[in-house]
Amino acid sequence: MSDSNTTAPEQVDEERRDFIHIAAIAATAGGAGLVAYPLVDQMNAAGDTKAASSLEVDISKIPLGGEIRVLIGGKPFFLRHRTPEEVAAAVNTDVAKLPDPETDEDRLVARSDGTYNPAILVTSGACTHLGCVPVGPAQGSVGDYGGWYCPCHGSHYDTSGRIRKGPAPTNLPVPEYEWVSPTLVKISL
Amino acid sequence: MSGHESTYEPKTGIEKWLDSRLPIIRLAHDSFVDFPTPKNLNYWYTFGGILAICLAIQIITGVVLAMHYTADIDQAFGSVERIMRDVPYGWLIRNVHMVGASMFFLAVYVHMFRGLYYGSYKAPREVLWLLGCIIYLLMMATAFLGYMLPWGQMSLHGANVIINLFGAIPLVGEPIQSWLMGGPSVGNQTLQRFFSLHYLLPFMIAGVVILHIWALHVPGNNNPTGVEVQDVEKDTVPFHPYYTVKDGFAIVVFLIIFAVFVFYAPNVLGHADNYIEANPLVTPAHIVPEWYLLPFYAILRAITFNIGPMDAKLLGVIAMFGAIAVLFLLPWLDTSKVKSMRYRPVAKQFFFGFVVACLLLGWCGASNPDNAIISMGEDKLLVTYTDAAGLEGQRTFEDYAPAAQFRDEQVAAGGVAAMAIQKAPAFTFKILSQILTAYYFAFFLLILPILGLRERPKGEPDSIHHSVLGHDAPAAAPAE
Repeated sequence: MSDSNTTAPEQVDEERRDFIHIAAIAATAGGAGLVAYPLVDQMNAAGDTKAASSLEVDISKIPLGGEIRVLIGGKPFFLRHRTPEEVAAAVNTDVAKLPDPETDEDRLVARSDGTYNPAILVTSGACTHLGCVPVGPAQGSVGDYGGWYCPCHGSHYDTSGRIRKGPAPTNLPVPEYEWVSPTLVKISL
Repeated sequence: MSGHESTYEPKTGIEKWLDSRLPIIRLAHDSFVDFPTPKNLNYWYTFGGILAICLAIQIITGVVLAMHYTADIDQAFGSVERIMRDVPYGWLIRNVHMVGASMFFLAVYVHMFRGLYYGSYKAPREVLWLLGCIIYLLMMATAFLGYMLPWGQMSLHGANVIINLFGAIPLVGEPIQSWLMGGPSVGNQTLQRFFSLHYLLPFMIAGVVILHIWALHVPGNNNPTGVEVQDVEKDTVPFHPYYTVKDGFAIVVFLIIFAVFVFYAPNVLGHADNYIEANPLVTPAHIVPEWYLLPFYAILRAITFNIGPMDAKLLGVIAMFGAIAVLFLLPWLDTSKVKSMRYRPVAKQFFFGFVVACLLLGWCGASNPDNAIISMGEDKLLVTYTDAAGLEGQRTFEDYAPAAQFRDEQVAAGGVAAMAIQKAPAFTFKILSQILTAYYFAFFLLILPILGLRERPKGEPDSIHHSVLGHDAPAAAPAE
């Protein structure tokens, strides 16, 4: 036994201790993170909630000039059967002057044969300002531009669901949807 | 105050036995019986005790309500109605819980304004103030979560508006939003988590309240003069019986007012819309939060302009959260060495202006931003038309009949025309709330930092007992 092999009991290898401290803290932090992940992730949408995220709607039931409102995953959507005058008003708008410029055709989805059905407009039913549901023809007010009016903070949408006046920053979004048949659209979140 | 000698003497054998194992009676005795308290505390200082009572009332009534409530969107509204109609004394317990939330906020606002006026946030009480701000934040979160539970129209759509605020945050906003809601919209899963958290948070508040009292008992109470205790003998009295009785009296008066609301006007502070079951397809015409959140709602809506890349919505959210965040910075924003505004003649005026601004912001929050407070001129009718030739134009009318006639003529001629009300120029709630929001932030970020350096304070009294004896002014001739 030589002296170099024995460490005096009062001598502490500081570097070795630092390493042990850092390693122990790192392992604990990693473990805590792994435990926290499922506890945080459980609040995200559950499988059945995600599954209930599309709906097929029969548009032949919508009266001319009227609309139907559907909920998909709790979110409101409008399906409006526009009169030729309303379509004309939407098409003849000067797009360059709009707060959120989009042509009426930009807001429609082509059928499988590539043609459009401009009479049917499908939009989200949540005001882009703070998510209120605007009122429409069935509720007795269509706003200054003939489309929808949001009573919460006074946003006016036109017959293409485009924002024209009020605090809402953007047009009512057009959801992802497809024409399953000439009378059936499938809307997805 | 910490460091004061414990005067507790266990008398019986069982007290001695306990004292050497868990000195809990000693802790209570030193904290609430023989705790030296400045002898000049006025009734504004009783609101701490009142708040403790409020928290206890909310927890007790809340635990009882949870025995009858069902957190399910199909049953929640009905279960609340059942509490009101069928559960023995359910109406009383729910009214106490509902009114209790308002009374809790009423008391906390008085408590906070009192702290602001007497400089109770200044050294050595910064941590005490910060803990109070955390309690206030937790209270707002708890109230917001609880308001959703009856699943009325305001519950659903109010929650929607608030959760939508998070969507304004760039990049992470939408994931946060759907994480909070647990799906694409506020639904059953949201109600369930809100109930769980609404039950949890009051106990977290209780935990922070313990820290708040601990942080109070280290430096001891501030007092209306803002002068620290110098001589425990002369400047203080024991908490019991002096302040147990004073607080007790204030609590009784407070509970009388509380009872007036519970028995005579339980719904006066709420919204009728919340007695309509939630319907995601119909938004109430006028969504407003409960009264105690209105000033922040007004600040949120006051920001209607974009600055650079940030849009109005994001700026509004930043301003609203900033209005609360600035409270946390207050101890370092106020540069004045003098604590109490009694001796700060200029700051005092700005303070009362601040109180008025907060009340008026509440008024703005409750009102439609576009409504006129002072109207300048008459509203007119505006007819916008596109004639048959495709020319666009507009005309204004004073009366309905000619406007309608003009519109009908345009339509008959093959054009398109629409009539709308053109509001007269006016001083609206929006403008008022913008002015008040500017004052709110200026008070904390400009007035308090600058004034503290420039203001000439009046002379503070030498000590608390001098002040009590009326010696804070230069000694007057004795009356006798």
